Amino acid sequence: MQRVPVIEARELTKTFGDFTAVDAISFEVAPGESFGLLGPNGAGKSTTMRMIGGTSLRTSGSLRVLGLDPEEHGPEVRASLGVVPQQDALDEELRARDNLIVYGRYFGLPLSYLGPKADELLEFAQLTEKANAKVGALSGGMKRRLTIARGLVNEPRILLLDEPTTGLDPQARHILWDRLFRLKEQGVTLVLTTHFMDEAEQLCDRLVVIDKGRIVAEGSPQELIRQYATREVVEVRFGSARNAEMEGVLRSITERIEVLPDRILLYDDAGESLLDEINRRGLNPLTSLVRRSSLEDVFLRLTGRSLID
Amino acid sequence: MTEVSFTGLDHAALARRTRRWGWLQYAGYRQAAEKPFFWTAFVTALGNPVLYLVAMGLGLGSIVDADVEGVRYLWFVAPGLLVATVVSTGAQFGTWPIFAGFKWQRFYYSAHAAPIEPWQLPLGEGVAISVRLLVQAALFWLVAWAFGAWPSASSLWIVPIAMLAAMAMFAPLMAYAATLEEEGLQFTFVQRLVVMPMFLFAGTLFPLASMPIYLQWIGWLSPMWHGTQLARVASYGLAVPGWLLAVHIVFLVACVVGGLWVAAHTFTRRLVR
Repeated sequence: MQRVPVIEARELTKTFGDFTAVDAISFEVAPGESFGLLGPNGAGKSTTMRMIGGTSLRTSGSLRVLGLDPEEHGPEVRASLGVVPQQDALDEELRARDNLIVYGRYFGLPLSYLGPKADELLEFAQLTEKANAKVGALSGGMKRRLTIARGLVNEPRILLLDEPTTGLDPQARHILWDRLFRLKEQGVTLVLTTHFMDEAEQLCDRLVVIDKGRIVAEGSPQELIRQYATREVVEVRFGSARNAEMEGVLRSITERIEVLPDRILLYDDAGESLLDEINRRGLNPLTSLVRRSSLEDVFLRLTGRSLID
Repeated sequence: MTEVSFTGLDHAALARRTRRWGWLQYAGYRQAAEKPFFWTAFVTALGNPVLYLVAMGLGLGSIVDADVEGVRYLWFVAPGLLVATVVSTGAQFGTWPIFAGFKWQRFYYSAHAAPIEPWQLPLGEGVAISVRLLVQAALFWLVAWAFGAWPSASSLWIVPIAMLAAMAMFAPLMAYAATLEEEGLQFTFVQRLVVMPMFLFAGTLFPLASMPIYLQWIGWLSPMWHGTQLARVASYGLAVPGWLLAVHIVFLVACVVGGLWVAAHTFTRRLVR
């Protein structure tokens, strides 16, 4: 059975005056898929998200969400969407549970539905013990989970997450990823923006890399890594003064090198043996590290810039 | 339980209902979100009239020997104080809370990310605020009644009149507040150069007609004056020609309707980009 895409964008463009925020991007999202928009700040990810919800009007191109044009059918589209914005926008004065209930009012959901739903969502977000705590007293990670719970109050078919873990500590990020992964397992379509490569790798089946409003690559995290990076990366530091001067020597050892201000990245499928070779030649880096390559490396390769500039 | 249940909610039906009743859904949200502030608002609403009536009615009234417009000073001043108090609340609601909804708490963005349409938000705000203004006016009326400030039962009309006058102040201010991107001194100017003169020239403490004619126009532009005049008609039967009565009502209704109409546009411009 052919699966009709839940989101279909063709040549989607958004300009603000002279500035082109989104530049003729096309993509599709299949039902149940976890789809990522990856790119640095200002790449056009959030604008794309807002156009999906019909809260930003496109300049040109076409966009269908659940078969509808979000500009014409805003309420119909948004009734099926769960939105987790970049800023939590919770009611700080209200208790955690009340936040879910009052949010449900936006959808016109009855209290008989919202009461049990709020309890269920608090449990899902691991916030049952904080049900009666004021939001102002919750940690950043808890607020984020509450915002996700809030986005689920209308049983959305698509959950839009704009930078879901920005500003969270590693432990809070992992808890959040776990919750999102469970939603994905339940068949909820996830669309998320992130500028974290590890997040995209953890959560996305497929992603597009956006830079300056354009899609520069598309595929699964593994495909992108295979295509634009190598299996492993050796990071070496010679100190900021020597990094540039070592470039020539290193190029004779391996083909792909990226020289960053603080370190040099060497792309190779066999990182350990490459590092052995560096040491054998007596180059003596101050520090060295062999790691698996990531989407960060893909982005660097595609744009020549680091993601988190 | 670690799963979220999906019960097959009818999203199309939610959207249909929201297209029609979104403004009411938003008003319901607003009322619920105000819950933590209920007691503060309640005590203020009861305390204000006591303070005003003691200070103005009994204090100032004790040195005003003569009747004003043919009635005791307390009877004269009480409708004005009630209207002035409720209109001031309307003016407050029309400034910082609206700004906060865009800038700090961002609840307008949250509501718009749900199925609610931008134009429904100011209407919903208006409905939610109206209820609060109505309650505040009713509480003031009760306290003033205990002070013997009402000569007639028809003074009860002052409650909806005050709400109307307050909405006439609130709606245009809300339309303006929705256009402000940054917090500046705008609201301070509004408070000092718009609301304050409207209060001073609203005929609250003395008849506007006792001012020089070249200053009276300030009062004519003030929802507070129009509301106060209507309130005096209701309370002690102030003699006002029929055409002027109509002007008072039309002015207030026009401010409310015009304010909401402009707000629907300023909210839309702000939220849909």
